[in-house]
Amino acid sequence: MKSFVSLRGIAAPLPIDNIDTDAIIPSRETQSVARFGYGEKLFANWRYRPGTREVNPNFILNQAPYDRAEILVAGQNFGCGSSREAAVWSLVQFGIRCVISESYGAIFRNNAIRNGLLPITLAENEIKTILEEISQLNSANATLTADLKSCSVITSTGLVFDFQIAERDREMLLSGADEIELTLLRQAEIEAFREQDRRARPWVYDALWLSGKFE
Amino acid sequence: MTVAEKIWQQHSVAELGDATTLLHIDRLMLHERSGGRMLKGVLDAGRTVYDPSMVVGTLDHIIDTTPGRGDRTLFAGGAEFIKTFRDSAALAEVQVFDIGDARQGIVHVMAPELGIVSPGMTLVCGDSHTPTVGGVGALAWGIGVTQGEHVLSTQCLAVRRPGQMRVCFEGRLAPFVTAKDMVLWLIGRYGANGGKGRVVEMVGPVIRSLSVEGRMTLCNMMVEFGAWTAIVPPDDVTIEYMAGRPYRPTGTCWDSAEIYWRNLASDDDAKFESEIVVDCEDIEPQVSWGTSTEHVMGITGQVPDPAQAGSDIARASMEKALKYADLRPGDPLLGLGIEAAFIGSCTNSRIEDLRLAAGILTGRKVAPGLKAICVPGSTQVKHQAESEGLDDVFKAAGFEWREAGCSLCFFAGGDSFGAAKRVITTTNRNFENRQGPNVRSHLASPVTVAASAVRGAIADPRALGFNL
Repeated sequence: MKSFVSLRGIAAPLPIDNIDTDAIIPSRETQSVARFGYGEKLFANWRYRPGTREVNPNFILNQAPYDRAEILVAGQNFGCGSSREAAVWSLVQFGIRCVISESYGAIFRNNAIRNGLLPITLAENEIKTILEEISQLNSANATLTADLKSCSVITSTGLVFDFQIAERDREMLLSGADEIELTLLRQAEIEAFREQDRRARPWVYDALWLSGKFE
Repeated sequence: MTVAEKIWQQHSVAELGDATTLLHIDRLMLHERSGGRMLKGVLDAGRTVYDPSMVVGTLDHIIDTTPGRGDRTLFAGGAEFIKTFRDSAALAEVQVFDIGDARQGIVHVMAPELGIVSPGMTLVCGDSHTPTVGGVGALAWGIGVTQGEHVLSTQCLAVRRPGQMRVCFEGRLAPFVTAKDMVLWLIGRYGANGGKGRVVEMVGPVIRSLSVEGRMTLCNMMVEFGAWTAIVPPDDVTIEYMAGRPYRPTGTCWDSAEIYWRNLASDDDAKFESEIVVDCEDIEPQVSWGTSTEHVMGITGQVPDPAQAGSDIARASMEKALKYADLRPGDPLLGLGIEAAFIGSCTNSRIEDLRLAAGILTGRKVAPGLKAICVPGSTQVKHQAESEGLDDVFKAAGFEWREAGCSLCFFAGGDSFGAAKRVITTTNRNFENRQGPNVRSHLASPVTVAASAVRGAIADPRALGFNL
């Protein structure tokens, strides 16, 4: 996974609450088992005219300078809805590496951390201030810095907003570590757990459906 | 400790610091939409599946639900998903309940129905409605593909300890008010992020009086409440439910399991970050008006005015939703014409849901020109309904009677409501384009959907009554 340390880039305002993963990537746009090819599908129902790939000029990500956005600033509960990890893949493959919202769908947030997408949580009034600044139509004002080392967001006029993130999530993003590799190092602990757990809860380890019997 | 904290402790393999625990995962459920990606990801990385006996797959998301279905699916690219899933599951020696298997069904319907999951277990699945099985007293939550690969590779998951929340449902439910109305009311009142990423424990006299099926409907939609997951602690109702499951523990295992289950309750001094008390007498049948599950109201109410919203963003969000829904502030929903009705999905496709809808539909017909579809949640539910003659009621009323699957809970590019643009549905999401391009979805209970199908317009089930 690509690590996230610090990013200075165009931030696009998307001040809508509850932007769900169906909006981020519609179900019918995920017609491949691959992990790649999702960038052009991001926000397909908003970005293109209905049923086509004709660009909808009214959508923010189709307007300069926001068409080069690397950061999104959204309403609360961003990424609620379906567990589809393609929502994160489509953001990252479009070029978005950071989202700023008051809160996130829990599964989206977990997926983001594991794909190098930084989900920053700020308060409502802080987001309001940032939105006002980045919504002014000149590219200098639309730029934000998201810094994971200092855990702060810096606007183009020099305002600084600190954010909090769980230390484990921060380390994972900074290092780009493979979480599966880290857990596999604990194989002995996992085996020991299962040995004692099998005595405590034997029914959990008894997979009756493998017997082929079914009434 | 709360019941969720007890289950957490029981599954702790290692403490990783920063309030994060490596948890043992008792059951990983797979489906063809993301399961193939997970299995293939593990195999392609040169890893092995840690314990295939704890992994079970089913086909539900993109398979067709029309009678006589095979591998061909209306969903473009669907065949590739099915093949990848089936082939990689075979390589990994993971059991799959395939098309034609009597155990096939929507993953959250068939797993508890078969007894694959039981109280106190941890269960994950690549689907956001996995909290459904909290209705049997399991700790279950949705994950993405990368975390699915983690579970396949290690049978564990590193999880940050969630907050605890309790919702107590007091009083009693009025006639024609169901578990679906309870959860819609809760989301409408406290918002789509009211659960704040917490475990929501549901208690109170109304919960105790609900069947396990009703409890699953409640837990199912807790993800729409922004909860991490939800749980109903097991009681006599749960244990009686488990006793009827084909893959329940047997012999001495049942005896020790039952003792374990009966001890799964929150302590009197358990701490919750927040607590909500709901008086169920206040709840009337609910129906959604907008494009978020928090856009919901009592069926006799009026569409709210965005001017009353708490913030600029909330107001803009409501205005966007009203535009999409083609509604104005103050509009009643009662009597609003609909063109299609859908009964199904992991929220409301269990036998109890079909019985309730059939109670309204008996001796009645859906409005002329209305497209009405019923999709049982599992092949077992379908067989049970057919043995009770419910399929005849649905068909006589003018409903399509389908094979089990997720079907039109979401639009995947194939099956659709045809030309219908306004739909009443027992599903869980009214998001923009969720059930088809520009389709306006109104979420409601099975009885409200059935009543509305008969009237051809959003209707109050209390006005029709059961026709048994």
